[in-house]
Amino acid sequence: MSRLIPFIGFLLLAGLLGFGIWWNTGHDQTAIPSPLINKPAPDFKLPLLYEPTQTATRESLLGKPYLLNVFASWCIECGVEHPVLQAAAPTLGVALVGYNYKDAPDDAKAWLATHGNPYSLLMADTSGQTAIDFGVYAAPESFLVDAHGVIRYKHIGPITPEVLDNELKPAIAALPQEPR
Amino acid sequence: MTPELGQIALILALLLALAQSILPIVGAWKNNGAMMAVARPAAFGQGFFVVMAFVLLVWAFLHFDFSVQYVADNSNLALPWYYRITAVWGAHEGSMLLWIFILNVWTLALAFFSRQLPEAFAARVLGVLGIISVGFLAFILFTSDPFGRLIPMPPDGGDLNPVLQDPGMTFHPPVIYMGYVGFSVAFAFSIAALLGGELEQAWVRWARPWTNIAWAFLTCGIVAGSWWAYAELGWGGWWFWDPVENASFMPWLVGTALIHAQAVTEKRGSLRAWTILLSIFAFSLSLLGTFLVRSGVLTSVHSFASDPRRGLFILCFLIFVVGGSLLLYALRAPKVAGGKPFAVVSRESAILVGNLMFTVAAAMVLLGTLFPLIGDALNLGKISVGPPYFGLLFPLLMLPIVLLLPFGPYLRWGKGEPQILKRVMLRALLAAMACAIVAAFFVDGKLKAIAGVAAAAWVAVGVLLYIVKRWREMPRGRRYPAEMAGMLFAHAGVAIFLIGVLLSESLSATSDVRMAPGETKTIGGYDFRFDGVRETQGPNWRADQGTVTVTRNGKPVAVMQPQKRTYTREQIQTESAIDPGVTRDLYVALGEPMDKQHIDGAWALRLYYKPFIRWLWFGGLMMMLGGFVSACDRRFRVRRTAIVDVAEPMHASVLAENRT
Repeated sequence: MSRLIPFIGFLLLAGLLGFGIWWNTGHDQTAIPSPLINKPAPDFKLPLLYEPTQTATRESLLGKPYLLNVFASWCIECGVEHPVLQAAAPTLGVALVGYNYKDAPDDAKAWLATHGNPYSLLMADTSGQTAIDFGVYAAPESFLVDAHGVIRYKHIGPITPEVLDNELKPAIAALPQEPR
Repeated sequence: MTPELGQIALILALLLALAQSILPIVGAWKNNGAMMAVARPAAFGQGFFVVMAFVLLVWAFLHFDFSVQYVADNSNLALPWYYRITAVWGAHEGSMLLWIFILNVWTLALAFFSRQLPEAFAARVLGVLGIISVGFLAFILFTSDPFGRLIPMPPDGGDLNPVLQDPGMTFHPPVIYMGYVGFSVAFAFSIAALLGGELEQAWVRWARPWTNIAWAFLTCGIVAGSWWAYAELGWGGWWFWDPVENASFMPWLVGTALIHAQAVTEKRGSLRAWTILLSIFAFSLSLLGTFLVRSGVLTSVHSFASDPRRGLFILCFLIFVVGGSLLLYALRAPKVAGGKPFAVVSRESAILVGNLMFTVAAAMVLLGTLFPLIGDALNLGKISVGPPYFGLLFPLLMLPIVLLLPFGPYLRWGKGEPQILKRVMLRALLAAMACAIVAAFFVDGKLKAIAGVAAAAWVAVGVLLYIVKRWREMPRGRRYPAEMAGMLFAHAGVAIFLIGVLLSESLSATSDVRMAPGETKTIGGYDFRFDGVRETQGPNWRADQGTVTVTRNGKPVAVMQPQKRTYTREQIQTESAIDPGVTRDLYVALGEPMDKQHIDGAWALRLYYKPFIRWLWFGGLMMMLGGFVSACDRRFRVRRTAIVDVAEPMHASVLAENRT
């Protein structure tokens, strides 16, 4: 019987480790969602890509929900995401706002000319300063902002058809309904 | 194409590992020679494909194949070639590939050097190693594929974690894995003995050199890891009781107990069941360490990617391997147990006491490591235990071992002679006291430092006296057989280690200071003059490099250049500057500039004076050397016929004893 003690001790240990795995799946300490979720979008004032003399601000975009899509002509994965966005834009139910990130305006225009332009509004952040407020660390990233200017959903990396169907569309459907 | 080849190689290796694990064990059970004969070719085949997969991943790194996700994540165009090779084990997937690669190195060595073992026994040993291989190959293929493609392929990759861009890191992981994984061989020997119900203890003699080599590698790996933490992390410490460090330290503690228990079992036949249990524990703790590091159940400074799926897989494998072997032990150990009785004063008793201390220490470390988890489980909130817990209990548990150490070689097997022990004790005690009194004048009454000097003298005098005794009493050529020489090296290493730890812990001086260029600060009798910071450039980093001129009584000692590097991906890494010395290390780490716009102004600096710290690594290396030297003993290399000759009479006497 005493020879079974190590085995029993081990079973207890294994139970504890199993608990550890279960606990950590339920209580993920590392994957912190963006602190901006359910917070007002940061203030910004950016020139429009095609009319640099005009600017867009957080206030000027209030009133209707929109999807802010961070992209750049130098970003390879943006080229992967682009056709998906382009196909989805008309049926998305929210406006698609382009956020051209750390890009030369001429490069961006050339890129949009070849790949197509699904955006209803295009802002240019050539220095990348404003992107810091959004916590952007690589393009592409997308932020869903509601009519009150509150960020409701964020996705890092390209929006694939799976992300579109499983995450973005439910997030758009969950937006508070506004009297239009 | 090469990544797919790598993947195919891993799949083929898995299939061969399955053959290597099932057929020989069944063959040994059914006494089927043809099935047993599969073991070696399967092991060679598996080894071939695993080496191929490993080389293909190295190749992908050397050729910047960023279409491989793992390569793209962990290297870039600016990374020098040598760090592109070490990047292979710079993250989870490749590090598991290194694990399996090293398991195969051990398996190949065993397949090669086991020809003189009885066929059934060798087949079982290789079979058990095959089972472990299956587990890890399946783990890699199903949860951590290093060859996964990344589409679209990026023009440049990420970066190897800058903490790992250090010469110490190039060999720390392979060496520590050699030790970790090497315990699988001792484990396989024990399981094979249990499966075969080996009545004689000859298998322990075959297992001993393997265990010693694995232990020596693990010692070296821990020393290298500790050195790397000291030089690279910029905290000036050498051990942090971090979960990942503990993960490598627990197998070391149990492994140390194991190599001593094996000596008892081999020579006297006693403690057989205990030796088997320790072999199982040592390898189980290696597996547990892998689990703790890979599952992300515990948070640690070693931030490895964590994934609950991986944790679950390893846990299942752990339950199968460890649970299975402990169950097997419960069922079969009574059959293989036995041995000669021994008196209270005997070498067996001394080793047993040491064994208990090492095992309890390992259990203590395990408890401390898992404490946060236990806290969660019992709903006690977020708790963790740190250096105060370990720092109090560990020295207490090691104290009896240090006190017993000088007597070990003098004690006879079976029954020791108290008179000789008294003489040794008297001399060692006198030496320890004399050294302590002399030391007391130099360390201005610091108790810890005096205790360190006394303990080191106590151990060293014991070792020296025994060296002299052998020199006097034995004829030339038979004075120091390798096994004994190894023991003496390792025990002398303990004395050196004690000096290093206790003196550096008690006499270190640290100072966090703000220094303007030209300013001077004195610690430990050394004057550190800060000469300002300028920018410098490396292959894949740029750095702010400070210059600190150290003088003592006006005489120049060293010019130290600590850096604060910024790597390709804007990761910041401190490179501390160390001026090494036999009696002290000087250590400077660069903090932050007082004014970010003007790096040529004042900076925050951290200055250390660390006396005798180098001795603790040197002591560790002496222990490692002892392990390797012991493993070379001629007795372990006897041919098959000789084994039978030597083992038979012993075997007969053991049986006779069992009957009475």
